[in-house]
Amino acid sequence: MTSNAFIAFQKNEETRCIVEAIVDDNPAAVVVDQPAMVKVDVPGRLVIKRATVEEKMGRDFDLQELQLHLITISGHLDESDDEFTLSWEA
Amino acid sequence: MTLLKTLAPYDFPSSDAVENYAGRQLLYINWERHRMFSRPFVLALAPETLFGEIIDTHMTDCFSYHPDWAQIDWRAVRWLNGSRPVVLDRNKSLADNGIGHKDLIRLITPGLDGIAGSGY
Amino acid sequence: MDMKVSKKLGLKERYTMMTRDLAWDTTFQPMDKVFPQVGYEGIKIHDWNAWEDPFRLTMDAYWKYQAEKERKLYAILDAFNQNNGHLSVTDARYINVLKLFLGSTPPLELMAARGFSMVARQMVGAGPRVACMMQSVDEYRHFQTQIHSISNYNRFYNGLDEFAHQQSRMWYLSDGKSFFDDAITAGPFEFMVAIGFAFEYVLTNILFVPFISGAAYNGDMAAMTVGFSAQSDEARHMTLGLECIKFMLEQDPDNLPIVQRWIDKWTWRGTRKLASVGMMMDYMLPKRIMSFKEAWEIYFEQNGTALFTDLARYGVKVPKCFDQTIEEKEHITHQSWIGFYMKPDATPFHTWMPQPEELDWLSEKYPNTFDTYYRPVYEHWIAQEKAGKRFNNKTQPMNCQVCVSTIKFNEPGDPMEMCFRETVYKGEKFHFCSDHCREIFEDEPEKYVQTFISSHAALQGKCEPEGTDVNAHDYRPGARMHAYWRMDKRASGDFNGSEDQKNFAKWRAQATQN
Repeated sequence: MTSNAFIAFQKNEETRCIVEAIVDDNPAAVVVDQPAMVKVDVPGRLVIKRATVEEKMGRDFDLQELQLHLITISGHLDESDDEFTLSWEA
Repeated sequence: MTLLKTLAPYDFPSSDAVENYAGRQLLYINWERHRMFSRPFVLALAPETLFGEIIDTHMTDCFSYHPDWAQIDWRAVRWLNGSRPVVLDRNKSLADNGIGHKDLIRLITPGLDGIAGSGY
Repeated sequence: MDMKVSKKLGLKERYTMMTRDLAWDTTFQPMDKVFPQVGYEGIKIHDWNAWEDPFRLTMDAYWKYQAEKERKLYAILDAFNQNNGHLSVTDARYINVLKLFLGSTPPLELMAARGFSMVARQMVGAGPRVACMMQSVDEYRHFQTQIHSISNYNRFYNGLDEFAHQQSRMWYLSDGKSFFDDAITAGPFEFMVAIGFAFEYVLTNILFVPFISGAAYNGDMAAMTVGFSAQSDEARHMTLGLECIKFMLEQDPDNLPIVQRWIDKWTWRGTRKLASVGMMMDYMLPKRIMSFKEAWEIYFEQNGTALFTDLARYGVKVPKCFDQTIEEKEHITHQSWIGFYMKPDATPFHTWMPQPEELDWLSEKYPNTFDTYYRPVYEHWIAQEKAGKRFNNKTQPMNCQVCVSTIKFNEPGDPMEMCFRETVYKGEKFHFCSDHCREIFEDEPEKYVQTFISSHAALQGKCEPEGTDVNAHDYRPGARMHAYWRMDKRASGDFNGSEDQKNFAKWRAQATQN
């Protein structure tokens, strides 16, 4: 069974766009709403693409802005200017 | 063998060595299958203290809140010291009963299993 | 299409310049004399440059985003106070979960800040040094914001004002204090496994995710924002802990058995610490999102399985305690609440028996255990309380020599029996709550013989309020613990009949009518 990579954010206007971007770029994403927070699970590999977030927000976005809203992550992280990736090998 | 690794000599005394209790010793008491009391309680007592005094004062003060306490058949009770069955004489002292510093004395009351037999 | 011309370096280049290019090897003194701590634990490192922070966070970005977090946090706290936000929580029992959370956590955050600033100095590589320094500043920020948060409630409710005094004295705070004392007195790599990996990666999700989301669910905007603001740093902390594990395992195969022992030890120590967090979720939040058991399944079992399946490529096995924690998830929160309920005079927060619908919720969430083992004693106590005989166990506890929890857990496989373990070291007997704690002791007995157990210290006459005459003929050690703890009597006892309960009802009535 593939392990889930996940990310959770505080619920706000910015993360609404970020979550929409994740859902667009990760077809297997499952969004779990909880009080004041939102968690997204993706089997194996979860990617956040700067370009998709910018399209949703209608403005420039620096992936490091994710820091403001993060609650938790699961998976090995790799971050570049264009992509923020969480993955499990197995 | 210890796995401790240090950069310098490391030798510190035990916090609870018997010398720290001014002639007394620590004793833990538990009543088995009566977990309403959550955990054993601890006393510091002179080794000459009679075991009967512990039953009549400390154990009764604490445990008599439980409806099973009044039901105990004292001829049928058994005792453990840690995991070892022991015979304890209420007319003898802790020392004469072989109870040492930091021993855990556990009371077993056959047939009494707590509220509604729940172990509590 | 216009080309977007950027004079700025990319993230990876900035990070490299900031770390590798700013570090140097010492020449006046040999490196091993300047950094003695990285060698003595037995961890072998061949190439410090192999350590990289995957967030690639540089100082300029760090200050920018942290400042933004603080502005958001304090804007919300101001709004909370301007709106009498404390009266919007579900019911006044909820305030007691804050007393326990805010009364125990800030000093631990401070210990984490100290630990990470020490490790930042001790590590050789620039990558871990920068990441540890940032984490140290983060932990200091959590410490400060949590104390600010205390002041928002302390002006209305009893029992929050002596948390700093109580931290190193109070019986139920000893387990958390011992956890951090143990970690900070270990070497830098063990500290990283203890706090960075086991606590941050494997366990803090339970504390900050469902519990803080639970604060939001109970209408507490202030605790929610403080908790989530802290948690926004935790993703970075988790990453640092996981990177440290991978770094050690990739550097030398000899590191594996050392790392495995630390993973086993610290996962267990963290699990014991979380028993009281689970109790807060199951018993102290008037409205609940999920049970502790459910949270444990999501954040420990499923997430932990993902993690350890992945780490298996390095030879790492799931922590030894894994199966026992799965059995215990059905029990520990109830056993903890029983332990607190029965000591109404010994905590600066209130306890209570669950209401009928809350008992039903517990039955539903814990179908294998609640009705068999826990409901009968609760119903007995509810009847006793109605008869004016609310339970109050006046005795002093027995504690585990390693985790310093009171010894209150059941024998694996038998919920009706207590679990006791003991060992003899240098002629003295030592007691433990579990096989795991006994093994931790036996690995390093020289360390754990020094454990501070408050009931023992009291019986040695070490816990006396100022002005006690220890030579008086009627002097009894430990008889004045409440004064020693600086317990506010108004803050203790059952919730029913408390001053907090009356004030909350009165203020809420004032807020809704003229």
